[in-house]
Amino acid sequence: MSKKPRKKLVKRIKIDVDKCNGCRACEVICSSFHAVPRYSSANPARSRIRVIRDPLADIYVPVYAGEYAAAQCAGRNEYTIDGKRYEECSFCRASCPSRPLFKEADSGLPLKCDMCESDPTLEQPKCVEWCLAQALVYEEREEEVVGEEEAAPDEVELGLEALAAKHGWQTLLDTVTRLTKRG
Amino acid sequence: MRYAETGFNLEVDLTRGNIECVATDPKLVPLHLGGLGTNARHFWDRVPPETEPYAPENHLVFGTGLLCGTPAPGSNRTIVSAISPQTRLFGYAMMGGFFGPELKHAGYDKIVLRGRSPEWVYLHIHDGKVELRDAKHFVGLGTLESAELIRQELRDPKAQVSSIGLAGENRVFFASIEQGRSSASRLGLGGVMGDKRLKAIAVRGTGDIQIAHPPEYMAICKEVLEFIEKRNRNPIPGVMPILAGLGSPQEMAIHDEKWHTENFAWGNARHRRKGFWTEEIQKSWTGTMERMRTRLLSCHNCPMKCGAAISVDTRLCSYMMKCFSKLTYTMAAMSDLDFGLRIAQKATEHGVDAFSAPQTMAFALELYEAGILKPTDFPGMPLDNEGAFYWLLDRIVRREGIGDVLADGTYWAAKRIGNGAEAYAHNNIKKTEQLPLKLGMLNPIYFLMYCTGEKANITQIEGNFPQAPFATREEREAFIRDWPQVPDERFKQWFVEWELRGEKSIPSYPTIDATCEIVNWQEKMHYIDDATGLCAGLSSFPLKPPYHLHNLPALISAGAGLELDEAGLDRVTRRNRNLVRCLNIQRGLRRADERPPDDHWKNRFPELEQKLLDEYYKFKGWNQDGVPTRETLLELGLDYVYEDFVRRGILEGG
Ligand code: SF4
Ligand code: SF4
Ligand code: SF4
Repeated sequence: MSKKPRKKLVKRIKIDVDKCNGCRACEVICSSFHAVPRYSSANPARSRIRVIRDPLADIYVPVYAGEYAAAQCAGRNEYTIDGKRYEECSFCRASCPSRPLFKEADSGLPLKCDMCESDPTLEQPKCVEWCLAQALVYEEREEEVVGEEEAAPDEVELGLEALAAKHGWQTLLDTVTRLTKRG
Repeated sequence: MRYAETGFNLEVDLTRGNIECVATDPKLVPLHLGGLGTNARHFWDRVPPETEPYAPENHLVFGTGLLCGTPAPGSNRTIVSAISPQTRLFGYAMMGGFFGPELKHAGYDKIVLRGRSPEWVYLHIHDGKVELRDAKHFVGLGTLESAELIRQELRDPKAQVSSIGLAGENRVFFASIEQGRSSASRLGLGGVMGDKRLKAIAVRGTGDIQIAHPPEYMAICKEVLEFIEKRNRNPIPGVMPILAGLGSPQEMAIHDEKWHTENFAWGNARHRRKGFWTEEIQKSWTGTMERMRTRLLSCHNCPMKCGAAISVDTRLCSYMMKCFSKLTYTMAAMSDLDFGLRIAQKATEHGVDAFSAPQTMAFALELYEAGILKPTDFPGMPLDNEGAFYWLLDRIVRREGIGDVLADGTYWAAKRIGNGAEAYAHNNIKKTEQLPLKLGMLNPIYFLMYCTGEKANITQIEGNFPQAPFATREEREAFIRDWPQVPDERFKQWFVEWELRGEKSIPSYPTIDATCEIVNWQEKMHYIDDATGLCAGLSSFPLKPPYHLHNLPALISAGAGLELDEAGLDRVTRRNRNLVRCLNIQRGLRRADERPPDDHWKNRFPELEQKLLDEYYKFKGWNQDGVPTRETLLELGLDYVYEDFVRRGILEGG
């Protein structure tokens, strides 16, 4: 395997909670963009960004949906910043059993921010475009990475699923175990 | 499939505790759109004109605008309607914030409340689950306070809560319904909610709102958003800061209050204080605002952040404020901004209208000074203005002693007090709304708006046409250069020729014909917004807004799946506007009531004024008593109104 440094495009959304005015436009447009057909409905409950708000405590934290977690954390944290107490889980991106965030309202399936990946590629993610307050700012930069080429997880998943469909999960697992031991 | 709307209303009979989800007639949408239009239709169909405001038979309707909750920026208005205790006419108040979209996501376009609950309750809506819950333990608590406790009780921090405070509970004629970021303040609808013994409504929704033609809809939304961004970078030159931008007047962001403090009247709408705005005051008030304002806040899906969270004291919960309520208490009490923001916190918790409440208190103090009210009417009232205001507020919201009289607002209180008190309820639009402003020369545009506005309230009919001419022709020409919002080119000409002085200035210019058109345009925009639920701050209120007569038909059509063109939208709007008028005609409103505040202008022109009214009535298709004519009603498909008017002898049959 090659260990040569390569360029990798890193996409980043910078979140400035001080600039958030609590409007939820990001939630509206994300849900609308991901509706099928596109823009055919709006529903913040399906959004992949949620603004955790507690207006009377002046708390506004836009949080992006991250990985699915099958179980909730063993311990939780509570932050106090500038005298404001942020409830446990305020900054967490997980779609996890402890809270209703980042799950499809009807099916309960987890939601995850995909940075609005689409064809053709958007100039910037939708939530960023609609946040005129600039609480969300999009940035792309190239980073040098050393190490193995990461396959896009979706492709691997797709491939595995296809194999499993053909041979069954057990056969697949057995084979993977055998091959990795050999390797 | 229903688009933009949900197609369902919640009907709650508070007397019996019965709750029903009722499918609405889809044919009402092309006729009235939603919001105020369908609210008015509901009152026409269901609430007879004999109904007393504080009777179980009165309905209280929370109606979302047709486009509420869609991606259109600023589509978040709830139109609350009831027969108003203050005007005894059809009353409606709008609130922004987050309640309307949440209700739509829960699956309902309107909540219709009728009857009167035997005990204090609150309504909890979570999608399909709807229940009335005991609210006895919240009685007496503030609006924000009880909203927070309700969210805790329901374990639902995301629930949007509309609630009343002591003022609503005690049926004050100017009690508001508060909703955190916004409120439905005007015309005492909070009192109607209190009369029904409904402390609050908590709503949470997770359902979809459908769009009929997504690509077309989103293309307009995107244009609107881009327009807002551009317009925010380019305020209109030559007008004062609060008129230069979009949104509600940006009172929370702007520190320069020279214009308000020196042109508006202080106290009981009496004293003009020229030279008030000194550098020292500017510094002190800016300091107050910066200390107390914790954040600028927007309503649902809007970038304009017209509101602000205000923290007067870390021990008290903060509240949210917007617009001119910043100064109403300060000016009525002849005090400073620090006092104004502090008492507004209490007033918001009690749930009173920030316009009428301070006016009523200043009115009481004048009656005291004039000896019409006696010291015995004010037992224990502190002698300083600020102390007196806190004391009065407390009495009013509890309806204790003199507070019980004052709780009916200046007009009704003056009648009850008698002894010459009426002269102190002065400068009122259509009896009940006292204007904190006096001017020299009659302005024909404002004359018509004051007289004919159905709500007896000015800000909700003024808007897109500049309030005054610009000084030079060059400035005016520059202004009209990019003004696509006008209905047609004539409006530009009228503005270009409008001079500050001379032949083409007020009161005789704009001409009567032009004045009718200008007033009609401004009013029409408001009636569109009140039906769609788009915020006036992006549409009918500011100069050069992103939404206007030429893009709204396509937006509404694409959103709701209608086929509306400009003429079609005009028809719907006229239908709604006439229906609202007819509700009030049924309740006795006539030309005799359509008078501007008596001492608003120093220079009056009785002949011209009558002519203006004559011509405007004709323009509107109303007879000389202000009643829509047979032709108007039939043309708009309001046959049922015509028949009712014939039955009641309001119009002649045949
Ligand atoms: S769009 Fe921006 S300002 Fe509005 S809630 Fe989202 S992050 Fe906050
Ligand atoms: S980047 Fe796209 S997918 Fe992710 S939250 Fe924003 S709008 Fe949604
Ligand atoms: S313009 Fe202002 S008042 Fe209107 S919706 Fe936007 S933030 Fe709210």
